[in-house]
Amino acid sequence: MTPEHNLSYKAAFNLIIKRDLTIAFRHRDDIINPLLFFIIVVTLFPLGIGPESTTLSRIAPGIIWVAALLSTLLSLDRLFKSDHDDGSLEQMMLSPHPIFILVIAKITAHWLVTGLPLIFIAPLLAVLLHLNENSYSALMLTLLLGTPTLSLLGAIGVALTVGIKKGGVLLSLLVLPLYIPVLIFATSAIDTAAMNLPYSGQLAIIAALFFGSLTLAPFAVSAALKVSTN
Amino acid sequence: MWKWLHPYANPEVSYHFVGKLLPWISKITFVLLFIGIVWALVFAPADYQQGDSFRIFYIHVPTAILSMSIYMAMATAAFCSLVWQFRLADASAAAMAPVGAVITAIALFTGAAWGKPMWGTWWIWDARLTSELVLLFLYLGVIALHNAFEDKNLAGKAAGILSLVGVVNIPIIKYSVEWWNTLHQGATVSKMSAPSMSMNMFWPFVICFLGIAMLVAFVICIRFRTEILSRNGMRPWVRALITEEGVK
Repeated sequence: MTPEHNLSYKAAFNLIIKRDLTIAFRHRDDIINPLLFFIIVVTLFPLGIGPESTTLSRIAPGIIWVAALLSTLLSLDRLFKSDHDDGSLEQMMLSPHPIFILVIAKITAHWLVTGLPLIFIAPLLAVLLHLNENSYSALMLTLLLGTPTLSLLGAIGVALTVGIKKGGVLLSLLVLPLYIPVLIFATSAIDTAAMNLPYSGQLAIIAALFFGSLTLAPFAVSAALKVSTN
Repeated sequence: MWKWLHPYANPEVSYHFVGKLLPWISKITFVLLFIGIVWALVFAPADYQQGDSFRIFYIHVPTAILSMSIYMAMATAAFCSLVWQFRLADASAAAMAPVGAVITAIALFTGAAWGKPMWGTWWIWDARLTSELVLLFLYLGVIALHNAFEDKNLAGKAAGILSLVGVVNIPIIKYSVEWWNTLHQGATVSKMSAPSMSMNMFWPFVICFLGIAMLVAFVICIRFRTEILSRNGMRPWVRALITEEGVK
């Protein structure tokens, strides 16, 4: 047996993350474009609604979160698409390691290049929208717990539609309803924080959603990938 | 113990079995719906607060209940097809999805029509309304996924996975929106021992409910047969059936 066949799960996990990150950094557009989209969508709202700071600070959590949902949706496509097109996804699934590892690694890499930049850029946009000062930590924490959940749930949709030629619109139809609970609890946590009330309850529920999807979503994703690469 | 069930895994046997059931189901549907609707719309007393507009209840509540039960039935069928590879369970799930979507849409529409005179508005972002709307989106997603694949078997598997994901999500969505906002009146009928409505309103409701349930079963059976035919178009028995009855 060659050494590659004896890769531990951890080594396989790290290998896939490293590979995906390398690919992502060689196509920087794929990282930057969803981020730009996020920024532009958020800038459109003050233009559409009017510049009153009271209105803006009232709707800021909703705007930031909806924009985060949409930009995650936009970037989801590259989670499996290119690997599926050039056949490497099939090879990975044929490897002796469980697909669970592959799926978790790919989702982690996807979150690192798309979810994490959103978290870094969000406070800046919150300033533009006059978000209440008490809400910043809530915004960051909900994004930190929420965006990986979005990646995990979205991966189910991508895995289902990866074999279809025009899967993009279909993907949004499948995935957006599943995002509703995250949106509700995240914005409510930020609103509660703005009133200087404890928001640990909402945060706990988002964390529960995160861990629930972390344990369950990879099974759905691997089943869906098996269907799609049939 | 399950031996009596085995022959029905054969599409041909199922097709003819459902065909034999259909006339009975249609008769029962007609009788129940006729009695139920006439009783509900003409003879049942009007509500002392809500007046005659309360009669929408006889359509609204059955469709709202059925919209959820059809989803559960669809997900159960999808589960059976994914785990035990029953091809026919796939066909039945495909048959149920559009029916469920239409029933959900009817529940939403009648709800809006009832909300206008009662709450003074067509739509409110209330928990139950919102979760019913999300249920409609889930149905539409399943239907869209069914249509997106050329290969019906693949489509069935993909849509099955999606409907199972939906089953996990429905309670979460339901409780999250409930916690978010609630205006809808509480359940009237579910308290089986003593429903909080008078008996001469309760019985027409039961008959309407059974009638609409039978109507749903009737439509699903027809769609199920069509689904079987379209999936087995190349089989000799389907060809024999077509030459027998002639292409219409």
